Amino acid sequence: MEDIIVSENLRFHYTNEYDEKAAVTEVLKGINISIKKGSFTAVLGHNGSGKSTLAKHFNGILMPSSGKVFVCGIDTSDENRLFELRQHAGMVFQNPDNQIVASIIEEDVAFALENLGVAPKEMRQRVDDALKAVGMYEYRYHSPSQLSGGQKQRVAIAGIIAMRPECIILDEPTAMLDPQGRKEVLKTIRRLNREAGITIVLITHYMDEAAQSDRVVVLDKGQVVFDDVPSEVFSNVEELKRIGLDVPQTTELVYLLRKEGIDLDSHIISEDECADAIEALFRTSNNNDDDKAVQAAS
Amino acid sequence: MLKDITIGQFFPGESLLHRLDPRFKIIITCIFVVMLFIGDSVWGLVIGSVFTFGAIALSKIPNRLFVKSIKPIFPFLIFTAVLNLVFISDGDVLFKWRFIKVTEGGIETSVYMLVRIVLLIAGSSLLTYTTSPIALTDALEQLMSPLKKLKFPVHELSMMMTIALRFIPTLIEETDKIMSAQKARGAEIDSGSLRARVKNLIPILIPLFVSSFRRAEELATAMECRCYNGGDGRTRLRQLKSGGRDFAALAVTCAFMGAIIAVNLML
Repeated sequence: MEDIIVSENLRFHYTNEYDEKAAVTEVLKGINISIKKGSFTAVLGHNGSGKSTLAKHFNGILMPSSGKVFVCGIDTSDENRLFELRQHAGMVFQNPDNQIVASIIEEDVAFALENLGVAPKEMRQRVDDALKAVGMYEYRYHSPSQLSGGQKQRVAIAGIIAMRPECIILDEPTAMLDPQGRKEVLKTIRRLNREAGITIVLITHYMDEAAQSDRVVVLDKGQVVFDDVPSEVFSNVEELKRIGLDVPQTTELVYLLRKEGIDLDSHIISEDECADAIEALFRTSNNNDDDKAVQAAS
Repeated sequence: MLKDITIGQFFPGESLLHRLDPRFKIIITCIFVVMLFIGDSVWGLVIGSVFTFGAIALSKIPNRLFVKSIKPIFPFLIFTAVLNLVFISDGDVLFKWRFIKVTEGGIETSVYMLVRIVLLIAGSSLLTYTTSPIALTDALEQLMSPLKKLKFPVHELSMMMTIALRFIPTLIEETDKIMSAQKARGAEIDSGSLRARVKNLIPILIPLFVSSFRRAEELATAMECRCYNGGDGRTRLRQLKSGGRDFAALAVTCAFMGAIIAVNLML
């Protein structure tokens, strides 16, 4: 599979004009990653780790101080191709309210297409398809203020997929949502990835969301600390905790049980897997009349 | 509390007036305003009233809404009437008290003015009652598009209106939240002298401004990410379509206009 996003030794710093002592703040200190087409990558990191800054480089909102970023083969610092780039790689932001432009849902979804000068007839088709893809078609005539946070965020996603991008970058799309809204949005993201083959880059600080991806990139202080499949990354419980991140609850449980000397696979991340492993453990320990595991687990 | 405010005063419906092309509705309203002001006789105003009440009946919008739209300007109406009554000295003097003279012409003018303003308000509220704010914005953008040649920022204005309409409910909600938060910290908002109340608004307005600027910045980034690049080469999802009934409505309006001009010429 080909790479859709490539960053080569990406560095970014901004100059603080008010504080002379710390005049230059380095946010990204040489990031080298490449993201495969059709993959679902989660970018994790503590506040201030540079994860949002990284996301903004994938869409040409920020330009590298040094190094290069290529998205769909387009150099993001090439201003002439900025709109082309943004059609290929759409971006969804944290606050759903601040990215909806029109007061009727379908008009908002059409916004990008109107900007690109798509013919009205084709626009109609693409707007309807996009709304159906996020399950908001029946709300097309509503106003944004009538919708819940999760629904608004799905509308924002529809506004991006109407452009038919190859890649969507989501910058903490669930941070402002309630648990129900988070679930809806994550389900939508996963479906778009699986069914429409859209490459997803999800910036998040929720471990359970990252656990659902194909690949987790962990950033700390502007550098990549881990870059692997979720089960590998989350098996480094102590290291993750040291940089201020949590691990999914199942991983935490397995980690604590292992610490007590119980033999479990440290790569377990899903709840079902974990339940099965512990059940299996009970079975064997009952057979062996070895109640150490039972005691510890209970 | 703040959520009860209706903005745009649009009342959705399926009447003939609702279905008219908003561009035609704006043009008709303009003709209507001119019509009222050139109708300078009893008959002119009768024709104007027939047109207004006919349109109100067609719109199927409850009459009390029109009464409601006139209520706030009631003091203004009285003021204009009294002013006309006192300062116009034309025709026979009917009543005299010190320097105040009430003349026949004064009574006539003040009654005409009263009727005219009431019809004007009722008739033009009909435009906003039957047309959604968005349709109005679209129509205005199209009607004003010839001004683009004079470098008048038509698209920018309509974009600003669209965004304003979109964010009014959001900002009202936010104001409500800030008010609750300040009340919870012991702020008194609804009490005290006028001076104290104005002062009490500051802790509400400042956070509102700050957050509005933040919103504006985020929205601008989001718009750029969706390839917003001004009005050039932009297409629209919703196309305004005019049909037979729009031209018919315009023709009827012009007929009324013609009748008023004819009455003026005859009298």
